[in-house]
Amino acid sequence: MQFLSYLINGISLGSVYALIALGYTMVYGIAKMLNFAHGDVIMIGSYVVFFTFGTSGMNPILSIVLSMVVCTVLGVVIERVAYRPLREAPSLAVLITAIGVSYLLQQVAQLTWSSNPKSFISVISGIPFLQPLSLFGGQLTISAETIVTIVVCVVIMVALIWFVNNTSAGHAMLAVSEDRGAAQLMGVNVNATISLTFAIGSALAAVAGALLCSSYPTLQPTTGAMPGIKAFVAAVFGGIGSIPGAFLGGILLGIIENLSKAYISTQLSDAIVFLVLIVVLIVKPTGLLGKKVNVKV
Amino acid sequence: MNLKSMKRSTKSNLITFGIVIAFYIVVQVLSAADLLTNSFAGQLVPICAYVIMAVSLNLTVGILGELSLGHAGFMSVGAFSGTLLWVSISSTTPKPLALVLSFVVGGLVAGVFGFLVGVPVLRLSGDYLAIVTLAFGEIIKNVMNACYLGVDANGLHFSLKDSSSLNMEDGKVLINGAQGITGITKASSFTIGIVLVILTLLVILNLVNSRAGRAITSIRDNEIAARSVGIPITKYKLMAFVTSAVFAGIAGVLYSLNYSSLVAKKFDYNTSILILVFVVLGGIGNLRGSVIAAAILTVLPEMLRSMNDYRMLIYAIVLIVVMIFNQSPQMIQLRNKLTARFRKENHTDNPKQKKGVA
Repeated sequence: MQFLSYLINGISLGSVYALIALGYTMVYGIAKMLNFAHGDVIMIGSYVVFFTFGTSGMNPILSIVLSMVVCTVLGVVIERVAYRPLREAPSLAVLITAIGVSYLLQQVAQLTWSSNPKSFISVISGIPFLQPLSLFGGQLTISAETIVTIVVCVVIMVALIWFVNNTSAGHAMLAVSEDRGAAQLMGVNVNATISLTFAIGSALAAVAGALLCSSYPTLQPTTGAMPGIKAFVAAVFGGIGSIPGAFLGGILLGIIENLSKAYISTQLSDAIVFLVLIVVLIVKPTGLLGKKVNVKV
Repeated sequence: MNLKSMKRSTKSNLITFGIVIAFYIVVQVLSAADLLTNSFAGQLVPICAYVIMAVSLNLTVGILGELSLGHAGFMSVGAFSGTLLWVSISSTTPKPLALVLSFVVGGLVAGVFGFLVGVPVLRLSGDYLAIVTLAFGEIIKNVMNACYLGVDANGLHFSLKDSSSLNMEDGKVLINGAQGITGITKASSFTIGIVLVILTLLVILNLVNSRAGRAITSIRDNEIAARSVGIPITKYKLMAFVTSAVFAGIAGVLYSLNYSSLVAKKFDYNTSILILVFVVLGGIGNLRGSVIAAAILTVLPEMLRSMNDYRMLIYAIVLIVVMIFNQSPQMIQLRNKLTARFRKENHTDNPKQKKGVA
């Protein structure tokens, strides 16, 4: 029974990773860049929820929507200002810029809100009809946060797959990720598509941030960094560029992390997660659901 | 020696060594005249350590063209192994010998780790390599934070849980988890630091200007082309990566022997990024730039205490601005236009002479 509870908590944590990983994987698939600042967008989103819902008592749903708007604008602005000028530059330059942006967001947050951890009030607790679920005669209790996280993640995943496969904007995304030059020749607005990708990814990051901080309620400027990196691990694990891959990778990673925390060592759980990444990259560099890409000369 | 007949690279190298030696002499004179502030004197060894870190990271980032975000991990491995040896033998072995052994061991262990990480990882490239080196750095930090090592009459005891599970009778705890190694006899000095900086520069500059160095740069510029002319990619990538790790390890020993205690937290992701800032600001691929940037950026925050809160913010902005300014196609075009106009006005200026890189 205890194992089951660890497992479910792992799936819940994994759902958050999956949501974050979606942002990474879509941006990577379309703009061919690793957006290091993604994790810090989560942190900014969580602060927005913290101040609107936590301290001002705004309606929780409204507060999350506001946070999504803020993150979307932030994501698009970051792309426009920092990444677009470097679209044709070597990947090393883009990567370093992304690290710079990540650092910038962390430092701005630290200077505005100080580095003292704030205790985040669970958004879910603000929604009255959500109650913890008790199973097997009270032997297994699943918190409302866990259920909501998993449900939200599945819904978003399905919606996103539908969006990519059934709308013209989604088709444009697929086309740009396949071949940017050809897509442009076919009349796809590449810049707008990349901006849209950043917008979606950042909006999902806001949701992920609210859910993450509801389950793990300490918020500080570095809150987003570690989940961000782990979500990237999840994206690589599942096969970068693949939406179902991000989902699968995220869930598996969450389970691995939680089980190793429970059965091996709390301190070493991060090390184990990263070890998984290294093993995956050595054994199957394209990830579980990734496509093999041949290098053309 | 005739200055004109010297190769351009030799001349450039001599300038780099000249800067280091001049810095050493200036500091010695100032210190003899008692003009050094305490805080600056305390920064001298860290400056040397950071210079070595920056130069060695530049070998990976600038010369090999792969981004490593776990350079502090190698520093940590080197620091812990070298310091461990120093703590255990410094009382029984003559000091200079023990010191040299510590540096050698620190460098070697870091090099072995560089090899172990490098073999699988260098098959990847670009973003994957960056994230794996980051992961490596985090693994090292986590493991060292949870690592307990003690010694008693029965030999060495090791545990990843806590110091009581070492099951020792009356031994000495060498590494105490998050508290790390304590009670280190300080042994680093500015002179040792400068000697190591010169050693690092000698090895890395020679590597860069050798046949192997040219092979490494060719991999950076076009891996497929390099492979097609028969350059063994993995061998040269590993050569650069391991060399870089060895010097990071040596820098780690130098750094840790400057303090009385050593904790794993010191060598985290932020340290890796700090070193990367030095490399980027000094100029990617320009080793002399790394030396200067590392020295100035270590000293500057000490001098501008009031700016300390904004230091990392400024670094972040510097990273972004320098990258966009140097790498964005539009900016490069703009710059070329400006320099072309400038050149027209100075007909004597030979563009070929402007391209020299250390």
